Amino acid sequence: MDINLERMRLLTRRQLFGRMASGIGTAALASLLNPRIFAGSAESGLHFAPKAKRVIYLFMSGGPSHIDLFDYKPKLKDYHGNELPASVRMGQRITGMTSSQKSFPCVFSPFKFERHGRCGALVSELLPNIASIVDQIAIVKSMNTEAINHDPAFTYIQTGAQQPGRPCLGAWLSYGIGAETQNLPGFVVMISQGSGNKNDQPLFSRLWGSGFLPTQHQGVRFRSGADPVLYLSNPPGVDAAARRRFISGVGQLNSMAKEAFGDPEISTRIAQYEMAFRMQTSVPELTDLSGEPKDVLDMYGIEEKGTDGGFARNCLLARRMAERGVRFIQLLHRGWDQHNNLPRQIRGQCLDVDRPSAALVKDLKQRGLLEDTLVIWGGEFGRTVYGQGALTAESYGRDHHGRCFSIWMAGGGVQPGITHGETDDYCYNIVRDPVHIHDFNATVLHLLGIDHTRLTYRFQGRDFRLTDVHGNVVKGLLG
Amino acid sequence: MSPRWSGVKAVVIVSCLSSASLFAAPVDYNRGVRPLLSDRCYQCHGPDAAKREAGLRLDLRNDALRPREPGGAAIVQGNPDASPLVKRILSTDPSEVMPPPGTTKPLTRAEQELLRRWIAEGASYQGHWSFQAIQRPPVPQVDRLDLWSARPRNEIDCFIFARLAQDGLSPQLEADRATLIRRVTLDLTGLPPTLEAIDAFTEDTRSDAYERWVERLLDSPRYGERMALEWLDAARFADTHGFHLDSGRDMTRWRDWVIDAYNQNKPFDQFTLEQIAGDLLPDPSLEQRIASGFHRNHMINFEGGAIPEEYHAAYIVDRVNTTATVWLGLTVACAQCHDHKYDPVTQKDFYQLYAFFHNVPEAGLDGSKGNANPFIKVPTAREAAEITSLSTAVHKLQSQWDGSYPELDAAQFDWERSVVNEKWPEWTAIEPLSFRSESDTTLEKLPDGSIRAGGNSPDLDTYIVTGRSSLREMRAIRVEALTDDTLVARGPGRSADGNLVLTDFKLYLGTEATLKDSQLKLKLATADFSQKDYPVSAAIDDDPASGWAIAPEVGRSHAAVFEMVEPIVCSTESILTVMLEFKSASPRHQMGRFRLSATSSSMPHAAQDMAPNVVEALSVLSEDRSEAERKAVREHFRTHVSETGRKLRTQLDGAKKALVEAEEKVRTTMVMQEMEKPRDTFVLTRGEYNKPGEKVEPNVPAFLPPLSIGSPRNRLGLARWLADPRNPLTARVMVNRYWQMYFGAGLVKTAEDFGSQGELPSHPELLDWLAAQFIESGWDVKAMQRKIVTSATYRQSSAVTAQVLERDPDNRLLSRGPRLRLQAEFIRDQALFVSGLLDGRIGGASVSPYQPPGLWEELMSRTDGARWSAQIYQQSHGADLYRRAMYTFWKRTSPPPSLTTLDAPDRETCTVRRPRTNTPLQALILMNDPTYIEAARKLAERILRLASSTDERIAMAFRICTARRPTVAEAQVMRDLLNEQLKAYEQNPRNAEALLGVGEAQWDSSSGAVVLAAWTLLSSAILNLDETVTKG
Repeated sequence: MDINLERMRLLTRRQLFGRMASGIGTAALASLLNPRIFAGSAESGLHFAPKAKRVIYLFMSGGPSHIDLFDYKPKLKDYHGNELPASVRMGQRITGMTSSQKSFPCVFSPFKFERHGRCGALVSELLPNIASIVDQIAIVKSMNTEAINHDPAFTYIQTGAQQPGRPCLGAWLSYGIGAETQNLPGFVVMISQGSGNKNDQPLFSRLWGSGFLPTQHQGVRFRSGADPVLYLSNPPGVDAAARRRFISGVGQLNSMAKEAFGDPEISTRIAQYEMAFRMQTSVPELTDLSGEPKDVLDMYGIEEKGTDGGFARNCLLARRMAERGVRFIQLLHRGWDQHNNLPRQIRGQCLDVDRPSAALVKDLKQRGLLEDTLVIWGGEFGRTVYGQGALTAESYGRDHHGRCFSIWMAGGGVQPGITHGETDDYCYNIVRDPVHIHDFNATVLHLLGIDHTRLTYRFQGRDFRLTDVHGNVVKGLLG
Repeated sequence: MSPRWSGVKAVVIVSCLSSASLFAAPVDYNRGVRPLLSDRCYQCHGPDAAKREAGLRLDLRNDALRPREPGGAAIVQGNPDASPLVKRILSTDPSEVMPPPGTTKPLTRAEQELLRRWIAEGASYQGHWSFQAIQRPPVPQVDRLDLWSARPRNEIDCFIFARLAQDGLSPQLEADRATLIRRVTLDLTGLPPTLEAIDAFTEDTRSDAYERWVERLLDSPRYGERMALEWLDAARFADTHGFHLDSGRDMTRWRDWVIDAYNQNKPFDQFTLEQIAGDLLPDPSLEQRIASGFHRNHMINFEGGAIPEEYHAAYIVDRVNTTATVWLGLTVACAQCHDHKYDPVTQKDFYQLYAFFHNVPEAGLDGSKGNANPFIKVPTAREAAEITSLSTAVHKLQSQWDGSYPELDAAQFDWERSVVNEKWPEWTAIEPLSFRSESDTTLEKLPDGSIRAGGNSPDLDTYIVTGRSSLREMRAIRVEALTDDTLVARGPGRSADGNLVLTDFKLYLGTEATLKDSQLKLKLATADFSQKDYPVSAAIDDDPASGWAIAPEVGRSHAAVFEMVEPIVCSTESILTVMLEFKSASPRHQMGRFRLSATSSSMPHAAQDMAPNVVEALSVLSEDRSEAERKAVREHFRTHVSETGRKLRTQLDGAKKALVEAEEKVRTTMVMQEMEKPRDTFVLTRGEYNKPGEKVEPNVPAFLPPLSIGSPRNRLGLARWLADPRNPLTARVMVNRYWQMYFGAGLVKTAEDFGSQGELPSHPELLDWLAAQFIESGWDVKAMQRKIVTSATYRQSSAVTAQVLERDPDNRLLSRGPRLRLQAEFIRDQALFVSGLLDGRIGGASVSPYQPPGLWEELMSRTDGARWSAQIYQQSHGADLYRRAMYTFWKRTSPPPSLTTLDAPDRETCTVRRPRTNTPLQALILMNDPTYIEAARKLAERILRLASSTDERIAMAFRICTARRPTVAEAQVMRDLLNEQLKAYEQNPRNAEALLGVGEAQWDSSSGAVVLAAWTLLSSAILNLDETVTKG
């Protein structure tokens, strides 16, 4: 429609192209002209053919213990209670929470690990449902980051820099390839509090912020309750019919102003009010789960007591958003920061996430969505092999560890049924195929058809990238 | 016509600059060549020594033209064909062509040709434009005036119109009066004009009516608020620390200072001096110290595991980056890790700047309780006066209390005589026969008959003592808790600070074997001292949760007396059992040493309120008493005996409390301060805090003019250098940002970057003219605003045709007046203003207006509701709901969504240019946020009150919001909307009442709910109009 064309012309000139490297700008253009970019043959605008069209990122906030979940180390049994050798620690800096500890005793995982699936991946007994889908996922055991505290580590994995100010992955995608839908935001964030550490780390809106990119690329927080999107609902006493009349009236008056002033921004505003009106229908339709059959609700575990802080519901919502063309869906589930009482806390935490996470993958698969939806499950860092605080027969804690941690990915062009990377017997250092945060982000962009070195935005005289000047696509993860 | 204008006219007439000569000019290095070299070549052949390839740099002429092996100099002056550079850029061989494929954008044909031509013309270099000294250019002549109706009004217009003429465009005529007054009022005060002002201005036919109105706006205190808002973004002002928990801070006194500085029209050089180095000025005033807080506005961390040095470095890096962006328009951030790739800022330059900001006595991790060190108390004048008067009162009462007070002294003399005659109870020791602990405490009997605890110290315990006394009648038992050198803090308790909690005292006649039914009832317990909330009466209430304790009077002996309901008569054989229970929630609070005695006195509590030292002092003749003894008796008398004394004590305590409260209410503010001994500063290798390299001293970048001779090498020297007229950047950068405020984009669009990668100025001469003017005016900020808003350029109509839109799409050539969506804060303030809700107080503490519930709470990590911790949103009420948006409490990790959605920055780091987006979420806010619904209702009430016919009311509402009258067609649309809604609410009046219930302001029911609701919705529609949220 005319409005969009006009808007398009301005947008591209002002914001999108700049002096940006060629290629992705075309995609942005194409996606705005034709929001269903992948439906047709408009893919030529991307740097290469995308495997994934959207991302569902289950962010495990606080730092899950890879040692107790995915990275099985039988030898730790022998090392249990022994001091972590200096030859392993190699001067790694330690957080202020354990740096005054006199001793750094190794702590083995008391949880049972077994081989699962055809691929025979080892998964902890804490995650029986995720264990059941190991043939569909790729486990990466060699993630690593330099950050050792939450604020910089969250900020790093989300935005590619430890200090605030950069756009997050979702914002980069919104900027780079735009939205797939005209009725919903392209980048959605949902937050839940798990039953692990209840006094978990705070979150910050910068984690889904647009940094120096224009504001419309920031994540839109979906919340439970009557207003899933802020200010979505009409005020009491204004029904849909009144709102329709209202928007038509405002639209007519704005059209008259357009005639008088000639400013194309007015046409855009008219279109945005129409989109707001559509969202008032499309969002409640999206978040209304009453049409979901019981077996689906059961699969995600939604009917059960809501100890998971809403994670299961958010997983199902994520699938519904994926179906409706939301480009980037990020769930942030808190409670993984288990400095003490880890065995008790991680049990509860895994009960929250195990079933819904696995259900999401299965559900996407049975609907044929998994092949072009990239699912990511992981946190900002792992946890130390050495115990934090008192080590007793029943309990222990673990501090933050950035030198290695585990995540998994599924669908969207990821090689299923593999384990990538390997750590040493102490679960402390990577011995094979390290995947740095920048490599991970480069790979995610690659799966979406984007060359991470060419998705740039000029700010303060520099062409910024999500991966800064780093990052290599991890070929071993590509299907 | 003003005298200023005739000056311009003269210039126009005498100027002889011909625009035609511009077209024949040779390749302009700064305009054409440098941007290309910078963008495509500098990455490997630029200022960054570490990444330089083949030892070649193209940013310096000498280096580019220096003969080299093999192949000779990269550029051969005047001879492109002999220049390897040309050969390489034209090469089709992927291994040879420059720039190397994949590293950056390839050169287009035109760009290749440009470089060729430039070399052919002699490859002349120019210094980067913004680093050259500012020289006031001549004001150009405008050629096409005979063809236009628009006329220049001041120098600005000569520059703008000349350029329009060059591009074959023409300026617009002045906007109509209504548009004009609304535009300039919003621009200078952030609020729209009132109806009265619009009327007065429209009817004012004087030729300088506009200039007069501008003066009134510049004199309005709203001007200071409006200008400060811009500065708050640059200064990254916020009400929270930003990292991790993101708890609160209070920099609102600094914000007040900024508003005030603009209102006083503080010259920009002084404004700079006080904010960068107010604390270092000679004998700084409180206000100047407050101003220095500019560089304490950065984010601060205290995350549990964070490493202090890492964050301390981050704070200083932020100060360097912010200073460079705000004053110099330079992006120096990359030089934190390596030499700048495009601009001649070396890594060493960066750390030399860093050294200026490195000497603040601050901690890497701080701020967990509010403001971080260093901070100062900043009482307002009223607070200061109150504190002075309260401390005078305290002082007076204290000296009365401590010294002689004839009336009291006389009474005390009498009292002492009576006390000496009084019959004090005699206490007879109870001889312990057996004693044990119910836990594993070791108890031992000492020669003085006391019992001392030792060995293990269990969490809870009960001591059981049996004993006998020589008395035939007993009325009360005394338990003395005694100090002992073996105890922690000398006791008398066993807790870590010497405290104890006696949860219950029980007394039995007989031995343990007979305990059950032999308990003796107690009627009164007294003690010489009891801890607050731990009265000794709690030791006879049979409740283990309560008890008697003695903090803070630990380290001293104390005594408790327990009186029986009935006196007991006993024989020499009678045995008593005493149980001392220590079962409080505070573990290990047992007695460390104690002694039991009994009395037959009928007044067992006499003198019990006297501390042992008072009793002792009283036994000494008054003239022989030491000063301490005199004091003990005096204080006892005045506190416990004399009614007059007690009153005096109450007065003194009250005054002290009031003083403490008054002092606690005083806000603090973070400031800069210089350490006596400066810290050493090193270049940090790769920017990492723990990798110090070469040591450096404070200095400014070498490519800019040096610090003045004799200028101190500290922040004060730096501040003077920033505001030195010879500094080529500061004035340019500032006038550019002022320009941006009015026209949406600066003359240099990249307001934050005046370096090689920044955009070149659209009107370089105008920028320099304005900069020179700014300096020569004595950095007069108001004069610069006046100059801009009184120009014909600013006053043009903003209406645009498709043809002009095609030629000047972003209005960079100023072919029309500015038409821009209002910034977030203006939109909210305007709604509050037109509805009459706006609270006009200027400055003060931040407030918390309506916000959807749970936004903070979903992100927080702790549940305490203390205001400073900023974890739980505590919404304001009353007038605080309606203050200007600039006073809204700004939580960095969860900023107010109704502002950020409209492009307010998150305030985590310095921002000098806001984006301006247009999204559906913005529409949802304007339609549904209770702030706007409530404002619509109040606007409806207003027009229902002020006008009587529907047509008048519609016209008035529209005019209040847009300053103009609606057209017939527009009025018709509004009337239809109103009537349809009236019908709907008549059918369903409940809906009408529901709508009117939004917001805490009362509703005026005189028109009836249905009518008011329909008008509310129409008012809301008007508040949602593009024209309302746009400055036209």
